[in-house]
Amino acid sequence: MFEKDLKFLEDAFKQYYFDHFNLINVPDRASEREFGYMKFNTGMIRHISLKTDKDLHLMLMSNIPSDVFCSNAYYTFPSMPMSEKDWKEADIIFDIDAKDLKLPCRKDHTCNKCTSCGEIFVLQDGCPKCKSNKIEHISLPCDNCMAGLKKELSKLDKVLTDDLNIPANDIVTSFSGNEGFHLYVKHSQYNDLGSKERGELIDYIKFQKVIPETFGFKKNNPSKSSFPEFDESGWKGRVAKELFGSKSKKSKLVSKIISDGYVAYREKLDEIGKNSIGIKIDPNVTVDIHRIFRLEGSLNSKSGLCKLVCKDVEKFRPYTEACLIDDKPTEIIANCPIKFQLKNKKFGPYNGEKTSVPKYAAVYMMCKGIANSA
Amino acid sequence: MISFGHDEIVKYPFLAEAGQYLKDQGFTLEQFATDPDLQIIVDRAYERIESASQGNIYNYKVDDSSNKDSSLPLEVFSFLIAIILLKLAGMNTLVSRFSLAEARRAERFLEKDLVGKSNKTNEEFATKIFLDLFSIKIKKNGDYFTIPIADYLKHAVHFHELEWKLINRHVENGMVFLTPHESVRLTRKQLGNYIGTRIRSAQTPKSFQVFEEKVAKLVKIGKKLTVTTTISTEFPPCIKHAIEVLNNGENLSHSGRFMLGTFLLGRGQTIEQIAPLFKNAPDYKERTTLYQLKQLAGEIGGNTKYVCPSCDKIKSNDLCFAIPECDNIINPMQFGKKRL
Repeated sequence: MFEKDLKFLEDAFKQYYFDHFNLINVPDRASEREFGYMKFNTGMIRHISLKTDKDLHLMLMSNIPSDVFCSNAYYTFPSMPMSEKDWKEADIIFDIDAKDLKLPCRKDHTCNKCTSCGEIFVLQDGCPKCKSNKIEHISLPCDNCMAGLKKELSKLDKVLTDDLNIPANDIVTSFSGNEGFHLYVKHSQYNDLGSKERGELIDYIKFQKVIPETFGFKKNNPSKSSFPEFDESGWKGRVAKELFGSKSKKSKLVSKIISDGYVAYREKLDEIGKNSIGIKIDPNVTVDIHRIFRLEGSLNSKSGLCKLVCKDVEKFRPYTEACLIDDKPTEIIANCPIKFQLKNKKFGPYNGEKTSVPKYAAVYMMCKGIANSA
Repeated sequence: MISFGHDEIVKYPFLAEAGQYLKDQGFTLEQFATDPDLQIIVDRAYERIESASQGNIYNYKVDDSSNKDSSLPLEVFSFLIAIILLKLAGMNTLVSRFSLAEARRAERFLEKDLVGKSNKTNEEFATKIFLDLFSIKIKKNGDYFTIPIADYLKHAVHFHELEWKLINRHVENGMVFLTPHESVRLTRKQLGNYIGTRIRSAQTPKSFQVFEEKVAKLVKIGKKLTVTTTISTEFPPCIKHAIEVLNNGENLSHSGRFMLGTFLLGRGQTIEQIAPLFKNAPDYKERTTLYQLKQLAGEIGGNTKYVCPSCDKIKSNDLCFAIPECDNIINPMQFGKKRL
């Protein structure tokens, strides 16, 4: 990153932190958690212990981090090296990211940046300028992506409350500040589970590694198979609704499943798990019991947007509500071939041109790597 | 702590403190070594281990009430003397096999007690074993037993069969529904570990001549059970795929890089040999790559050496490209491993 851009972003982030101390607080049991941060152009600094909001605010002002993180795990000695921390438990976390939804709209709002020469382009696989194939994909998510994410969140919420018996009050949903949502489950029966056990929860939630027998297929005597009913709880009811649609269609479809056989049924279950009923959480996040996770109220350096708790997910408009940097006019050189919208204002496309935009849009494009300070 | 009567000692002899129990019954180890009337117990103890080494469950019918008075000392003592013989033989393989066989033997009783058709006390006792030994809160629910999901997972993760996966279980309101048989099967490994740990932590007693012949035979059996293996130099398909992705200059996910790094380190390659593989990655930085490989190798950080993730985890990350040669392995490190 250019020196000038770095200075601009650091100033913008510092101003945001200074103006929004009320939004950035240490979570409960702060003294048992590990904190960490990154600065623009540097690696991760972690194993930090912060006990109060004042400690946190001081850290923000003195280091001006690009990203701030806090563990979902609780330790006896959070500032010691990992092997000496003495892990106690960790809240369960889920991450649903727009890139994992693989929505057809994604290609319309993704551009490519050559990591060798910096050229920005759309559609081609290789860099048109230097022919390098080291390409970084830059996505500026759209409303359709957000709608898709909210649908996944609602499915996840249902499985957590109905199947895993987690009280709705213990579930906190936040916009990640870029193109996803984080979901926290605090202090549940699952807190002391290790990575392997959390891996099992992931397979359950993603509806993967399913065997046909679980959903009624009798391998040795298919005609005696007993397929799920619509009113059954858990995955059985969901599978019935997905496979049969309505009660009137069931008997015809059951005959087809039996005649198609065991392997076809297994493939069908795999397919609906992957493409419809399975919930598209990022497995690497949930399985990690030592992770430090973006802190509520902090900015995301991939976008300059804020990680924010959503009180009402359905009504939440991330690209308006989480866009909290001020709107001071700012001159930039933008090279953004895609249109995007922030705070109900449309921007782009820009073709390497000098333009004046509100500071929040300048920060957004610079964080995305598609603009520089003028 | 569980308190138990004679029936329970016969069914679950591993719950008794061996040395203390012998003392309480007025016996010393020397008596077993010298008294010809007690030789049958030593013989039975040997048979018990031999049978376990062949993968069989030692058979004894507890419900045979006519036989109860004489069988109690025989059955309990043979278990305790078996521990003495195992300690003297010092063969870990035998301890593991014996522990597993004894766990499977106890499973039968536990299942019967859990159902507790005629005897409420047995049911309570079995429920208490679940709580005290395995920290599982098990509850009866019609013909099924329910276990909190978190408790279930802590045990079920030891199984590789898909039927034990949470997704293949009846789950409702945070509970997993299991048949009595499944409930006890769930804890077999832990029960085996519990028995094994108790045996391993027991003191090795003084040997007597009458034990020596049996101990020598056990050592012979134990040696036969130890296997040596060879590993082919061929890489499994998941690793080949990861290398191919990198060679093509495409992005390999974090978990893919972790898998590749830990696999190659596990196969004895050095960091300097591995690092060049990542050169074509779109975000390649030599310093970062070396730093991350050193972390995996345990050279920096908390000195933790990371191991290659299981096939199960690799499948979850969409990095598995299994071929018939994978032959039901559970970790890529086992690929091409053959018993001699």
